[in-house]
Amino acid sequence: MATTLPKKNTQPIGAGTIGMAFFALLGLILVVYRWTVGLGATTALTDARGWGIWISFDVLCGIALAAGAFSIAGIVYVLHLKEFYPILRPTVLTGFLGYALAAFAIMVDLGFPQRIYYMIFNWNVHSPLFEVGWCVMIYATVLALEISPIVFERFNMKAPLKIIRSITIPLVILGIVLSTMHQSSLGTLFVLMPHRVHPLWYSGILPILFFVSAIAAGLGMVIVESTLTGFGLNHKTDTKLLGKVAKIIPFVLGLYLVLKLGDLFISGDGAYIFSSGNLSFLFWAEVLINIIIPMVLLSIPSVRRKPMQMFAAALLVVVGLLMNRFNISLVAFSAGAYMPSWLELFVTIGMIAIGALVFTLAARYLAVFSHTTEEKTKSSISDGSLKEAVSSNPSNK
Amino acid sequence: MTMDRRDFLKTTGMGLSSLMVIPGIKSKSSSGNNEDSFGILYDATACIGCRECENACKDRRGLTPQGEADLNADTWTIVKLYQNQEENSDYSFIKRNCMHCVDPACVSACPVGAMQKTAEGPVIYDETICIGCRYCMAACPFDVPKYEWDEVFPRVQKCDFCADRLRDGEIPACVAACKVGAIKFGKRSDLLAEAHQRIQDNPERYINYVYGEKEVGGTSVMYISKVPFEKLGLPVLSSSSLPSLTWPWMKAVPGVAVVVASLMTFLYWITGRKMKIESVKVEE
Repeated sequence: MATTLPKKNTQPIGAGTIGMAFFALLGLILVVYRWTVGLGATTALTDARGWGIWISFDVLCGIALAAGAFSIAGIVYVLHLKEFYPILRPTVLTGFLGYALAAFAIMVDLGFPQRIYYMIFNWNVHSPLFEVGWCVMIYATVLALEISPIVFERFNMKAPLKIIRSITIPLVILGIVLSTMHQSSLGTLFVLMPHRVHPLWYSGILPILFFVSAIAAGLGMVIVESTLTGFGLNHKTDTKLLGKVAKIIPFVLGLYLVLKLGDLFISGDGAYIFSSGNLSFLFWAEVLINIIIPMVLLSIPSVRRKPMQMFAAALLVVVGLLMNRFNISLVAFSAGAYMPSWLELFVTIGMIAIGALVFTLAARYLAVFSHTTEEKTKSSISDGSLKEAVSSNPSNK
Repeated sequence: MTMDRRDFLKTTGMGLSSLMVIPGIKSKSSSGNNEDSFGILYDATACIGCRECENACKDRRGLTPQGEADLNADTWTIVKLYQNQEENSDYSFIKRNCMHCVDPACVSACPVGAMQKTAEGPVIYDETICIGCRYCMAACPFDVPKYEWDEVFPRVQKCDFCADRLRDGEIPACVAACKVGAIKFGKRSDLLAEAHQRIQDNPERYINYVYGEKEVGGTSVMYISKVPFEKLGLPVLSSSSLPSLTWPWMKAVPGVAVVVASLMTFLYWITGRKMKIESVKVEE
């Protein structure tokens, strides 16, 4: 990163980056292949099972895990809690990548990807998917604008920076409004299908459950990704600050637990918690391991002071969200038998690789982590100095 | 799709005006339960399983029957046999096809409105605007819409109630083909009354239930049978329409947006003000 801090921030392009580039490229090649020959030849999808892992993982999980972006942006700008600023940029960047990749995954999954813009002209206000589509389009643009300063700063473009700064507050508020709308509408998507979703996961308040769980997991993702990039990119993680994020999570998880269990017993579906075999087991795994345990752990101050313990607890929250979305849309979703094809898997792996690769490269060349912002604006990296920094690095490794 | 500026303004204007008449849209969807709309009554006790209806359905679209076992993109209707393994006399045919729900989940699900319920009764599909998201297939409680998986640009396919023939004053091809009168076409309300009449006249011949009268708010295709409908592979469904579950949430979206925007603006203002007051105090 910044040449003024070679010991702290420079690292050669390692095997990890090359591996990510390989899987990203493989994924893109497979996407082109899928577009050329169609869905039937490349996926395990059938008439009885029209949605697979691209919807469950890339779209549902990708969008939910990107919820950290609007939460942290709201905390920093709306609540004026500036101490959270250092994690804002990496979070918004992750959010933007999450949405961009979810939109890309939709393009891969659609039968007519070239018609995706038809949603702009053909309205069906009854459709939750219509609303999700619009919100994702607009919110991806909002996130792009929110993160654009890292590019403008890099090339010292003062005029666009000024414009973006002047509209930051309305953008952030718009982002929160859009997120509230579509995070919950992803839940509404499944409210339409009581005949498919098992009663342990089906709920009349799914929109609220989706919204609240996305916030918890989005914040969990902030901790997970900050810790991971702390290792991978050699930048120091601010444990104290992450501890403050971690402190919010038990409240959100607690609210989620009350809503989820409350609804289950009020609707009379509580009996299924023991009587549904493997699904009951999955339900308990979700509730105990991925809600109650991290809720308790993150409530303990000493856990929030130890980066690895905090990371583990936050990871449980993130895994819990993945389990929940997979259960609702795939496992506890009554439809035909399905096991994703290897192409589906490698496209999804490719998407993750693209996200990780872009993030790594952005962190390397742009001021994603704000403690380098000042140095960054003063000195710009030339290719020569970068090579120099790279070649000097192995000595301190 | 090419679109000049005038078209763009026109469609955008139409889109915007459709937003303003949301209550109008809602009342329209409930008026799908129009007493004059058409329906089909299938009497499983009269069906002999000759599959002439299947052939007529394929004929109409220039396809040849291949002896399919289930509905697929080319097979819009199919006659299946239910048979009790222990008792051979306990059997029944069942003709499956799109039920043409009064308030269809597919119509409410489609993000671009490619699925529409017409006033005459048919649920029709516009292949020129479908984006291929397949939400209609997941949303259908009867697993009816099928997909052209082998195509590069696949369409959703299902029975269209011969909407084109209805417009020309003809009856659906499958009804016309039935030689034993197992399929009857008419006004949905008349058929419903007739179904109850047939059950009342021959209580030993039928179970006392008209499938499709109440399922997911009622369907235009209805069944009567002597074998319980679960055994015939028809799903047990509640009587509330599926779109009535999601519409309250969708309707609330604009209001929620306004409330969240106002709340956030207020929070921004109040926390900013608090900090200013605090910083003034520190200076003093």
